Amino acid sequence: MIATLKLSARNLLRYRRRTLLTALLITLGVVALLLFVSTASTFRNVMVGSITDSMLGHLQIHRKGYTSAIDNLPLNLNLGAGALTKVDKILKAEPAIAAYSTRVKIGAMFSNFAETTSIRLNGVDPVAEDATVPALRKRILDGGQTGSLVEPGQVLIPQLIAKGMKVKVGDAIVLVVTNASGSVNAKNFTVRGVLDSVTGPGGRDGYINIQDARELLRMDKPEAMEIAIRLKDFDQLETVSARIQDRLNTEVLNKDDKPVTELHLWSDLSPFATIVKMIGLMTTFIRIMLISIVLVSVMNVMLMAVYERIREIGTLAAIGTRPGKIMGLFLGEGLLLGLAGAAAGIAISYGLVVLFHAWPINFTYGRNELSLVPELAASEVLIVLGMAVLVSALASLQPAWRAANMDPVTALRHV
Amino acid sequence: MSLIHATDIKKHYRVGEIDVPALKGVDFEIDTSAFVAIVGPSGSGKSTLLNLIGCLDHPSSGTLLVNEVEVSKLSRADAADFRGEHLGFVFQDFNLVPVLTAYENVEYPLLMVRGWSADKRHERVMKILDAVGMKEQAHKRPDQLSGGQKQRVAVARALVGEPKLVLADEPTANLDHDTAYRILNLMKKMRDDFGTTFVFSTHDPKIMSEAEVTFILEDGKLSRQGENA
Repeated sequence: MIATLKLSARNLLRYRRRTLLTALLITLGVVALLLFVSTASTFRNVMVGSITDSMLGHLQIHRKGYTSAIDNLPLNLNLGAGALTKVDKILKAEPAIAAYSTRVKIGAMFSNFAETTSIRLNGVDPVAEDATVPALRKRILDGGQTGSLVEPGQVLIPQLIAKGMKVKVGDAIVLVVTNASGSVNAKNFTVRGVLDSVTGPGGRDGYINIQDARELLRMDKPEAMEIAIRLKDFDQLETVSARIQDRLNTEVLNKDDKPVTELHLWSDLSPFATIVKMIGLMTTFIRIMLISIVLVSVMNVMLMAVYERIREIGTLAAIGTRPGKIMGLFLGEGLLLGLAGAAAGIAISYGLVVLFHAWPINFTYGRNELSLVPELAASEVLIVLGMAVLVSALASLQPAWRAANMDPVTALRHV
Repeated sequence: MSLIHATDIKKHYRVGEIDVPALKGVDFEIDTSAFVAIVGPSGSGKSTLLNLIGCLDHPSSGTLLVNEVEVSKLSRADAADFRGEHLGFVFQDFNLVPVLTAYENVEYPLLMVRGWSADKRHERVMKILDAVGMKEQAHKRPDQLSGGQKQRVAVARALVGEPKLVLADEPTANLDHDTAYRILNLMKKMRDDFGTTFVFSTHDPKIMSEAEVTFILEDGKLSRQGENA
């Protein structure tokens, strides 16, 4: 085996320029793929982090039917006190959860005493909300990002409303709501801050303290429409959500023993999930391109190698080399070519990633300055290496088979 | 005792719609340790006959025993094993592997075909290179050797596995007269030293005189001419 590979390597070096050019093609393909994958995955992680940390959380629990009524926020979709207690117990028992925030969501009228407009509000516990979506306070444009997020009597209003209603921090406003029984209630608030808008559900919502929300809605018992959850490790999203979903489906039931709640991943709620899928699709296309580059270039070189060495193949067969060994010789050449090209590509990619760390790509998302520092995952590197080697071996298969099955007499006569 | 025994060997090739006979019923025997020339003009079927003896090709009919094995019935892989075990080849164009040194070319059959250990290989290769006078050139690649030196290496490669039979197809055709004689004398010496049977083809009447037994192949028919002392 080692002897065969040694001879394969020597045969590759026989045509240095051709080997170098083919290996270079594979190298370029590997570099392009690894850089795209690492940059795209870092971009995805930054964007997902920005959305989940400033607004959605990683997971959300709602009463069944919430997503179809997401624009209206009907109060009959609130989770009652009994369900909330059970959910609370489940979440407290789950070790993978870092924090969770119970939200009362309200559709209200916003008045500056001169004009009125509609506003969507989240009634939140400031400490729990801060722990669940730590980047929310970074969206505060005016009013200061330090201190309590929102105290009773304060409101954080979206930028569009602040501009449209000509309201600034410290101004007094009135929020008017209709509660579940149909009666109207109002309360004075002071503008605590103005929030930057972000894409997605809740991206243009205001925030008040949960006590105020319950007071406005005249709730006798604590109810909530949404529970946002932050995990300790985002990579465990699928596992943890499945575990919580199982418990919700068996422990939080209505009178007919049917599950009361539905659990949503951030990706179920944010339109950015489509972009994430697109990135995945583009990665697949680029992978296919790499496979094609390796396949065509290695196959071309190996076919040339077989054609140019027909007489030599005849000699090897004549002196007793078994067809399997002749095949191994050519397979080895293709394999080494793929391995060398991929290894060089991986080394160059690591070098470029180091350069990106020194000079990161900066871009603006909303009001946030984000830095794109690509990371090369070891698993991705192994996949690319395996792919290049496997495809090289596959590309060499036909030429190698042809060499192994060549008629020795015809091969020896070849000029 | 005969090493090769051929009975009514026929070989014809299909060229388009036409059957072209290359050998028209050939019978012969070649003894162990013989030094045999097969002589005939170009296209007379010399190479075809050597290919059949060397299990590189199958006869259309007839029986061909080499070392008591019916070689015409061997499968492709078994034929390769038989060649690796019992036969050595010397070619008109030397057919050395260009990326390997003289040493490695000679070592190739032991490494890739026989699977000998490194020490055993080294000892044997150096011995045979010494025997053909190429020990000092062992590290050189084929493109650094003259035609005569290449053929010496080719003879060493054919003999390294101690085969019973070496088949040489026009081994002197690409060599000048003096070198051709030196190669033939080398082959004869190897026969004397190792007891190997040599069968070579030639169309050169001067070279033919070096053989101890000569077969004339003409128009697909073989006749034994006689023995030289």
